[in-house]
Amino acid sequence: MIEIKNLHASVNGKEILKGINLKVNAGEVHAIMGPNGSGKSTLAQVLSGHPAYTVTQGEVIFEGQNLLELEPEKRAHAGVFLAFQYPVEIPGVSNSYFLKAGLNEIRKSRGEEELDSMQFLKMLKVKMKVVEMDPSFIHRPVNEGFSGGEKKRNEILQMAVIEPKLAILDETDSGLDIDALKIVSSGVNKLKTPQNATIVVTHYQRLLNYIVPDFVHVLVNGRIVKSGGKELAMELEANGYDFIREEMLQAS
Amino acid sequence: MSETIEELVSQEYKYGFTTDIESETIAPGLSEDVVRIISKKKNEPEWLTEWRLKAFRMWQTMEEPRWPNLKYAKINYQSISYYSAPKQAKKLNSLDEVDPILLETYEKLGISLTEQKRLNGVAVDAVFDSVSVATTFKETLKEKGIIFCSFSDAVKDHPDLIKKYLGSVVPSTDNYFAALNSAVFSDGSFVFIPKGVRCPMELSTYFRINASNTGQFERTLIVAEEGAYVSYLEGCTAPMRDENQLHAAVVELVALDNAEVKYSTVQNWYAGDKDGKGGIYNFVTKRGKCQGVNSKISWTQVETGSAITWKYPSVILQGDNSIGEFYSVAVVNNRQDADTGTKMLHIGKNTRSTIVSKGISAGRGNNTYRGLVSIGKNAVNSRNYTQCDSMLIGNKCSANTFPYIEVKNSSSSVEHEASTSKIGEDQIFYCKQRGINTENAISMIINGFAKEVFKNLPMEFAVEAQKLLGISLEGSVG
Repeated sequence: MIEIKNLHASVNGKEILKGINLKVNAGEVHAIMGPNGSGKSTLAQVLSGHPAYTVTQGEVIFEGQNLLELEPEKRAHAGVFLAFQYPVEIPGVSNSYFLKAGLNEIRKSRGEEELDSMQFLKMLKVKMKVVEMDPSFIHRPVNEGFSGGEKKRNEILQMAVIEPKLAILDETDSGLDIDALKIVSSGVNKLKTPQNATIVVTHYQRLLNYIVPDFVHVLVNGRIVKSGGKELAMELEANGYDFIREEMLQAS
Repeated sequence: MSETIEELVSQEYKYGFTTDIESETIAPGLSEDVVRIISKKKNEPEWLTEWRLKAFRMWQTMEEPRWPNLKYAKINYQSISYYSAPKQAKKLNSLDEVDPILLETYEKLGISLTEQKRLNGVAVDAVFDSVSVATTFKETLKEKGIIFCSFSDAVKDHPDLIKKYLGSVVPSTDNYFAALNSAVFSDGSFVFIPKGVRCPMELSTYFRINASNTGQFERTLIVAEEGAYVSYLEGCTAPMRDENQLHAAVVELVALDNAEVKYSTVQNWYAGDKDGKGGIYNFVTKRGKCQGVNSKISWTQVETGSAITWKYPSVILQGDNSIGEFYSVAVVNNRQDADTGTKMLHIGKNTRSTIVSKGISAGRGNNTYRGLVSIGKNAVNSRNYTQCDSMLIGNKCSANTFPYIEVKNSSSSVEHEASTSKIGEDQIFYCKQRGINTENAISMIINGFAKEVFKNLPMEFAVEAQKLLGISLEGSVG
């Protein structure tokens, strides 16, 4: 589905990603783990096209297209979704209006008919059950006055509505208590199909108890230094990231 | 991203065309003679000529205010022509006699004056340069005793009402620009809603400046008698020209006991080009008087045009329990400057006022909110709530807030809230990541920001205003 080859990216002239290689197939869940400042969130932002980052080398092929050439909204139309670490507030714009606008743009880009308000609300109500969202939330302004947990749940609701091919979850577990974590993860799991893929970016192994990855990659200093199965996450949890650093030192 | 912005910036001002019509324009310059000529052209009674002259003499002793936070080239009052009117048959008996070129002009502006296509439920007075060219639905309104006509007609047909109310809210010597207007005002609208009548439709005046080198100095007077209600809207556009043009209007509203006047403005005068060349200088005095008990006056304004805006629609809360409201969205882009706000003068007991001001600054625009809330000694148990929000788009614009508050009794309360935010790259990126392009994202964000004001506009106009806001800001995010 997506293939990242030797990806280098920098922000304000500082290189953060120093040659990422990663291939994700349909139906797979990949976890990207790593210490703070290793470049995990940068990878998520670069894939979705945040203008603050400059790609200096490498390529990303998504479903046969050069992803890096596309504006962020075109990437969204193509099926890339980013669940934000810090969802943004848009005062005065209701959740339902915002989501409907986005969904209809995506549908239009695919030559599908736009949903009218009735059809949309009907669908939204079904999707809201996935993340156990209160109905009053439809009319509240986007993320304004939301608790940290509500914001993250809102991200997963948007994902449920948009049904992306590739979902990138950026630190979706940060700021969640255990109940919210369970709701959010079960939402993600319910949305999983053999046709879509998920990249989970996280610092802690905790989330991976609920969203079980097929592959785990460890990102240190802008490079993937170790890849493995889900047991790698357990190992990291038990020994911390230092053990990877030690391994790297020994290897050199 | 910057390419799309370039494209969007080049969006042209839609109403910038000129109408080629033969006009009668007096030579530039201002003197007692010019004031007399204007008065004579309009066949005015002597008292009104004298009223104008008094204002003119006072104006000559006054100084142009320098306190606003505005930068503009000095205005040469002798280089402006103070009267311009399209030539047409003396007295029109029906709209069919209006010059087709004029009808076509309004048609192009989206205002239909012809009988068949008129916007249902809205009566329109069309003011072209210095004169009113047509007023629709006059007869329908007349059945209810409502007067809606051009100011000139009102002077002829309803002299007692004009004499009684003209200058009763904004005295002819109130301030520099009001004095100028009082001396040379040409036309405008007059509305009178008799006791107990609820005006069955929106009333609207559409102001159009066409001739070059002229100023527009219109005068609007709205009187709502006991228990009457009216909702009134004005719209304004002007051709694109390289020189600046002066617009100095006066609007007076009077609400007697239990009456309500709702006044909405969508101001879209030509704003000048992106380097600040040309555009309208908009110096306007608007004031309402809640003269009676339980009366209410509400101003809603959407200000997107003009190179320079100086206006403070105000309410004098004289009657006990009266209510004043001011809802404003002011947008500046490119080189536009706006210094706008309101005055709420609480005089009567239990008076209440609400101020919601939303300033949006983009490009190199400079946006100032200036407001006065004054609660007098006898205005016991009065309340004011003020909310001033500013939104900045880009790094080269500015927003300023100057709230003045005076409270002279201990039973009243005043609340003031203010915020400044910036349309961030992050907000736009968030929208784009959900599939919404930059243009629609900006439009969505600013309409969300201005929502509290838009909801106070009559339905049809709210939609127009939302679109207008999108157009004036297109391409301003970089």
